[in-house]
Amino acid sequence: MSETVIPYVVKPHPVTGIPNGKFGIWLFLASEVMLFGALFSSYVLIRTGMPHWPPEGGLASEVLNVPLATLNTAVLITSSITMVLAWASCKMGKLPRFRLWMGATIGLAFAFLVIKYFEYTHKFELGHFPSHDNFYAIYFTLTGLHGLHVIGGIIVNSYLVGPGTKMWATDPEHFTNRVENAGLYWHFVDLVWIFLFPSLYLL
Amino acid sequence: MDAAQHEDVNKHMGKYYVVFVALLCLTAITVGVSYLHLTRPLAITVALAIACIKAGMVAAVFMHLISERKVIYAVLILTALFFIVLLALPNLTTFEHHSGMPGT
Repeated sequence: MSETVIPYVVKPHPVTGIPNGKFGIWLFLASEVMLFGALFSSYVLIRTGMPHWPPEGGLASEVLNVPLATLNTAVLITSSITMVLAWASCKMGKLPRFRLWMGATIGLAFAFLVIKYFEYTHKFELGHFPSHDNFYAIYFTLTGLHGLHVIGGIIVNSYLVGPGTKMWATDPEHFTNRVENAGLYWHFVDLVWIFLFPSLYLL
Repeated sequence: MDAAQHEDVNKHMGKYYVVFVALLCLTAITVGVSYLHLTRPLAITVALAIACIKAGMVAAVFMHLISERKVIYAVLILTALFFIVLLALPNLTTFEHHSGMPGT
């Protein structure tokens, strides 16, 4: 049985100047911009068409929990730097440090979801489901999709710190590239939240 | 990993921490400004301007966009163009509707 070898996983492709995996993740992130962009565009469209936002009166900052969302922003920003440190540890050949920082990134991602869980359950207790009105429909859709991306990040990062680490022994550069690509995705998740937080909670 | 690469990464560590602290400070500023109850257009401008600065720092430093290959810039410029069209198209249709232009 012949083994298929994917070229340019470590060495830069002669046309793009970067490894294929990195180019692939950037193209994926471009498609993600369009996914969130379509929802954000819908949000602006619906909001500008409403006489009052939120429809029931008051301000978004009074209806939603700003302190918890601020805490979540800090949690996600912190997870971004731990992700960078995980990648930097790989670059410097320090696997135990990589495990530590990647573990911290995963832990912070879980903390984000736990805080989001408290926010969601409080809304549900008040009877504010996505079907309540346009405001909650948009709030749950955008934060829900973002939350799914956080879960996706947890899965990929857990693989890298778990069974995926085996590659370190055979091909450390390829493994480091994988960590870099996972990092690019994770920073994008942080970047989306940077826009969602003021748009949904503060304005 | 060779020693040169080790040193190269080490050189950037300070920058990562500076951006981290700046991001936290800008988050505090965004929340602080929201309590000033500015007029809506001003509040939107300030909040989105701060968000753009934060996003720029994450992209430039954490995602290493500041020293990236041309092909990535090309992909991102194309993405930005499509993103602008995506934002503008549906909202331009309602603009016509609100202004009472014919054919709406």
